[in-house]
This record gives sequence, C-alpha cells and structure tokens, in this order.
Amino acid sequence: MGLAKRIIPCLDVDNGRVVKGVQFVDIRDAGDPVEVAKRYDEQGADEITFLDITASSDDRETTVHMVEAIAAQVFIPLTVGGGIRTCDDIRRMLNAGADKVGINTAAVFNPEFVREAAQRFGSQCIVVAIDAKKVSAEGEPDKWEIFTHGGRKPTGLDAVEWAKKMVDYGAGEILLTSMDRDGTKNGFDLGVTRAISEAVHVPVIASGGVGNLDHLVDGVTEGKADAVLAASIFHFGEYSIQQAKQRMADAGIEMRLP
Amino acid sequence: MSQVHTSTVAVIDYGMGNLHSVAKALEHVADEHTQVIVTSDPAVIDAADRVLLPGVGAIRDCIGEMHNTGLVPSIQKAMREKPFLAICVGIQSLMSHSEENGGVDCLNHFEGNALFFGDNHKDHDGSKLKVPHMGWNQVKQSISHPLWQGIPDNARFYFVHSYYVVPSNQNEVAGTCDYGLEFCVALARDNVFAVQFHPEKSHKDGLQLYKNFIHWDGKP
Repeated sequence: MGLAKRIIPCLDVDNGRVVKGVQFVDIRDAGDPVEVAKRYDEQGADEITFLDITASSDDRETTVHMVEAIAAQVFIPLTVGGGIRTCDDIRRMLNAGADKVGINTAAVFNPEFVREAAQRFGSQCIVVAIDAKKVSAEGEPDKWEIFTHGGRKPTGLDAVEWAKKMVDYGAGEILLTSMDRDGTKNGFDLGVTRAISEAVHVPVIASGGVGNLDHLVDGVTEGKADAVLAASIFHFGEYSIQQAKQRMADAGIEMRLP
Repeated sequence: MSQVHTSTVAVIDYGMGNLHSVAKALEHVADEHTQVIVTSDPAVIDAADRVLLPGVGAIRDCIGEMHNTGLVPSIQKAMREKPFLAICVGIQSLMSHSEENGGVDCLNHFEGNALFFGDNHKDHDGSKLKVPHMGWNQVKQSISHPLWQGIPDNARFYFVHSYYVVPSNQNEVAGTCDYGLEFCVALARDNVFAVQFHPEKSHKDGLQLYKNFIHWDGKP
C-alpha cells in the first residue's frame, strides 16, 4: 500500500492536432486532442499533459477551447504547457480547467516569474519543465545543461542546480526532458533523472526517449522518477496505458490498477 | 426553455482558485433535477440544499478570504443545517488550527490540527519521501458512510498536499491513508463530510463520491 507511481501520456498539440515530432522535426498526426485524451482516460492514465507546440500565439484561443473540452470530460489531473509566459496565461489555463501549468523557457529567461506564479496560484499548480542535455565528455564527471528552443540553444545553466533553484522558487513538480533522448526511443537519460530526483524534494516526471515498456520501469527503479511521461508509444497504438501499468506493476512498482 | 430544478448544490467561491473542475465534475454526475451553482453570495449559499467547500493554496489565504468575503457565517450555518462537503484545503480549514504559514486559526468545526509532513519525511523503511504528497493513494474506509457507497475500500484517490489533519476525536475519522505514516484523509460528523483528496480529479471513484453527495440526506 502506498502512493502509486504515475503514467502520464503527453499530447503535443500543433494547430489543434496531436502530433509527435522525432527530435521535434518529423511530425506525425495522431488525432484530435479531446478524443485522444478521452481514450487515455478510459485506459487508466493517471494524468494528462497537454503541450501546445503551436508556433504562432494567435492560436491560443484554440488551445483554451480544447483544454475546456478535455476538462469537461476527463476527470483526472490535466497539465497544460507551451507558451506560458505571464500570470494572465496561467489564469486563463486554470480557468479553462487545467490543474497545473508547465513553465519552460519563460522560467529560464525570468526565474522570478516562477516565484510570482507560485505565490499567486500555489506551488501545487506550477510545474517547471526542464530540457536538459548531457554536456560532459566521456570519462568526465556527468554534467547536464539546460537548453532552450527545442534543444538548440545552450544556456550555460547546470541542470541539477537549476532544478534545485526552481524548487526553491516554488515549483511544485519538475518535468524533466532529456533532449538527447527525446524522440529516439532509446529510453530515458537515467543519470540526469536520478541526479535531479535525488536533489529535490518535489516529484520529478521523467520524459524523453521512451521506446518500450521496460524504459518506463527503468525510469522509476533506476531513475527514481515519481512519474513517467511518454507520447508516441501510446499515440500510435504500440502499447496501451493498461499494458504499461501492468508491466510496471509486474516489476514490483506500486501502480493504480483498475 | 425553462428547467425545473428541485435541488441545488452551492460550490462556495471565496476567491481561492479554480472551481471549474469541481463544478464540472458535479455537473457530470448531477441529474436533471440538480443544479450546480458556483457562488460567493451568502443568500444563495443559505438557500442551497447542499454546500461544497473547496480550497486550494495556502491556508492563511483561504481563511483570510473566507473572512474577507464575509462568508464564514454562511459556511457555519450550512455546516449546522445541511449536507456539507469540504475538499482538500477545505478539510484543513475546518480544523481548530493549522501550522502552515506560521500558524493559522481555522474554523474549529473539527477539533484538531493540520500538521506539516516535514522536509525530511520518511517512509516506514527509512527511505526519503517527496513532499507534497502528490498522486494516487489508497483510502482505507474507517467507517461505513453514505458517501463511501459504491466505492471499494482501498480505492485510489488523487492527492496533492503538504499538510495533513490530525483530529482529536478518533470517532470522527472516516478514512485514512498511508504515506510514511497513517493519517486521516476523511472526517465525518452528522451532516458534514470532509476529504483531503480531490474527488473531481479521482476518476470514477471520485465521481461516485460526488454522486453520493448529491443524493445524501445528511444523515451519517
């Protein structure tokens, strides 16, 4: 008995459609976000993350309507990320029915925004998303750095130190994506996942690189993640959420099973 | 088109955050005779058949806003008279005192305190536990109660909190949970029921609890 580890399917949404980019380039269509969210809810997802990757900010209204539609039909926690830059953005998403918002680039350029957001809305709804890449060479001690712009721009910030700072500023949860692994299907970067999970007292969600169900197990047992996030393995029907949960439970991980 | 409602559920809006998901979940399980009203109007609360007290964020802000909005008398009146459900920080606000924010006096409907899990919270085997307690945990039903009807014992509900309630009267405990320690996650006395978890985020078992509330006559 105890707290279950979570499986979080992620919907990357571009112009109103669920897509999944391999290394953010080759984008495949995976359906209508509301339908996809309902399917995952029925399959027993513990939470849903909706990531708006639409390039132009004109389409934010579309996102708000989709979040409203999902929230009216799906009664599990919903996190919305992508383009969250101001407290007004946060309020709009919470009013639309999001339970948490993911702050990524805006935190890097203006860390005080995280503090302000946590004070205003409570840490429980502030997820700081971190995109990390390994920068240490073979044989050197492990080191990971924060990157922005889909992994293209280095910031010089150490990923573990950054995570600790974000928690001090009020982040209630860390969504950690390995940009080396994202889209590769080679599994999470377990090193950075474990380093950050052991460095902070808030839950850490591992993301980036899931290609099979063993990767999800490894994220928890070796990466010490509190939750695992995946997209493409679920979108294209390779595995159901149920199968994933059963596999994790079989590996001795506490899960919420139907 | 006019619709005849025979029963109303007031969701108290005292400025503390997001009531959208609570209202949506109630509406999802409400039949055509039940109307869900999100309100900060004492008259509407006084006239409602059932009252739900939500709460998110810090306790000082919650209690402060309840006083600022002048809703405390209506909340207390509802707790004396009709089926009343408090959720999340709502349960903490019904205790005598919370140690959050350097100590805050609460509404004192249930005698006892809200305590912090602590920065160094550990599991039974000594391993470190994350705080907040966030995610799906099992709820052991301490008593049988109309609000537990149709919900299996040890069903999982969604939690997100760093403080937990410790009531003085053990006979008011309606449910417990284990996270490094066994603690109270549901309280019941007469027509008042309160839970630490979020039914509106707890899938079918959470919706069942709301459905039970909508049909509850307020008797234990």
